[in-house]
Amino acid sequence: MMDEVVVASGFPRADHAPEEAVGKRDFLKLVTGATAIVGLGAIIWPLVDMMNPSEDVLALSSTEVDLKPIAEGMGITVVWRGKPVFVRRRTAAEIKQAVDTPLSALSDPQPDSVRVKPGHAEWIIVVGICTHLGCVPLGNKPTDPRGEWGGWFCPCHGSQYDTAGRVRHGPAPLNLYIPPYQYMSDTRITIGAGHQEGCGISGCREAVAGNG
Amino acid sequence: MAGLIKSEQTNPVLSWIDSRLPIFTMMETEYRRFPTPKNFNYFWNFGALATVALAIMILTGIFLAMDYQPNEGMAFDSVQRIMRDVNYGWLVRYVHMNGASMFFIATYIHIFRGLYYGSYKYPRELLWMLGVVLLILMIATAFLGYVLPWGQMSYWAATVITNLFSAIPLVGGSIVQWLWGGFAVGNPTLNRFYSLHYLLPFLILGVVVLHVAALHITGSNNPLGIDVKSPQDTVPFHPYYTVKDSVGLCVFLIVFAILVFFAPNYLGHPDNYIPANPLSTPPEIVPEWYFLPFYAILRSVPDKLGGVSLLFGALIVLFFVPWLDTSPVRSARFRPIYRQLMMVLVIDVILLGVVGSHRPEGIWITIGRLATAYYFVHFLFLLPILGKIEHPLPLPESISRPVVPLGGGPLPGPAPAKPMEQP
Repeated sequence: MMDEVVVASGFPRADHAPEEAVGKRDFLKLVTGATAIVGLGAIIWPLVDMMNPSEDVLALSSTEVDLKPIAEGMGITVVWRGKPVFVRRRTAAEIKQAVDTPLSALSDPQPDSVRVKPGHAEWIIVVGICTHLGCVPLGNKPTDPRGEWGGWFCPCHGSQYDTAGRVRHGPAPLNLYIPPYQYMSDTRITIGAGHQEGCGISGCREAVAGNG
Repeated sequence: MAGLIKSEQTNPVLSWIDSRLPIFTMMETEYRRFPTPKNFNYFWNFGALATVALAIMILTGIFLAMDYQPNEGMAFDSVQRIMRDVNYGWLVRYVHMNGASMFFIATYIHIFRGLYYGSYKYPRELLWMLGVVLLILMIATAFLGYVLPWGQMSYWAATVITNLFSAIPLVGGSIVQWLWGGFAVGNPTLNRFYSLHYLLPFLILGVVVLHVAALHITGSNNPLGIDVKSPQDTVPFHPYYTVKDSVGLCVFLIVFAILVFFAPNYLGHPDNYIPANPLSTPPEIVPEWYFLPFYAILRSVPDKLGGVSLLFGALIVLFFVPWLDTSPVRSARFRPIYRQLMMVLVIDVILLGVVGSHRPEGIWITIGRLATAYYFVHFLFLLPILGKIEHPLPLPESISRPVVPLGGGPLPGPAPAKPMEQP
């Protein structure tokens, strides 16, 4: 009867072949553990991914907007993917004000040229969700306050945006998001053009120029 | 120190937690060191498999609930949306659907083990009865869940089963209207079935905790049906049965995976992919396979109340098995006649299932009635009588010394005591 040593772990070890026996056991434990972790991952991932937006949500909803009824200096609000989008027709003065702003005055520097489409500088189209904590800023209706820079004013915490939708004052960190859109004609646009992924809390931030 | 547990944990954080709420000590005692008979066969794996199945059902069910719509006009479409548009929705839905079947397979084999090896006998009577409660809760949960996709089978199964209660004299009709929340199965019914279907699994979970707690008081039975007489008869639960159960789990998951990935609708009925139509009953209403034996019992009696009584009776009779069986011997291994009767019972239940899947006409009616009769005769007459007249085989001395020489004679000399596995 060979002596058996009971080790603290509770498993008797045969003295005559300690290295092999322990090595094999370690290997088996390692492989089992690794398989269990891979298996766990294979179970967790589908459940997590199931909570991501589903195909019908991602499938683009596009909103067509007829620009003809919008007079200079006026704006409308449309719904795109459940979010408000401001479509405003800027006056020449408003355009000049936006173009002449030095980038150093902006906390989120963007020249006006990247916030509109070439040849359509009078139309500013932004997602109407404040980049601070998500309220809908005022300024699209004629009776709304527009803030000091003539753009939009967020009543929740006082962020103010200019006529290019850039943040000029207040706690908002970023300019209002520009949604992807295209001009079907001079008086008609389609907001949303292609399968979008990886968008942020209030929209998809991307350079509008070059999207046409 | 006031009331703190003396913890054996060496890690200071774990020790702090353990001395205030001894979860680590409990895990150590109940699932690591727990002395378990060393002669388990794979039939003892199925309780753990059923628990795993429950966990899978709850997990997948919670995620399905994020997208399912319990409204008459939207339910069917919401399930299709899960299948087609929700990421991995098809997978979670098929796992949930086939998981129900796997849950019942594991449970039915688990029950067979209990009946064959006498696990319901003293001192495990309460353990057994908790198990019957679990079976009833499972049946209710599965029925409620099947209604939710609002297919033709969903709707008509709901109608047929809720209508069972109209068999109750005097108040039956009112009860059925109360269950429906209306004058027929409809939106109120669907809504409340959804609520209850979400609730019941957590009741099942609670009763499982009681079931395992009761087991840990008495200790497990074993294939020989004889008590553990010394620590020599046992091994620590970990690593012996954690590893053995893992093997069984792998086989279980393989079968599960074959169903889910290669035959996800094999066990189901195609008519449930037709949206519910309250004005048109399908030519055959058939429940899922795990209900077929009960369905056959229900239909074996031409009288409505009789059929319903037998249906519930088939479940209720299980509660009394610890007292119906009068044999002092636990395991069927040593009960030659009981062993054969158990096989007959298994064939009988399977036969009942086949009967349930056929229309009640022709030879199926006769077979169904005979099979139903045997089911009740087995429990109500054969078990009590057998205990008195059967001659059991001689029981072994202990689990460690199971070998008795043929024809009697002196037992082999005692083996030198070996140091046992450290608990």
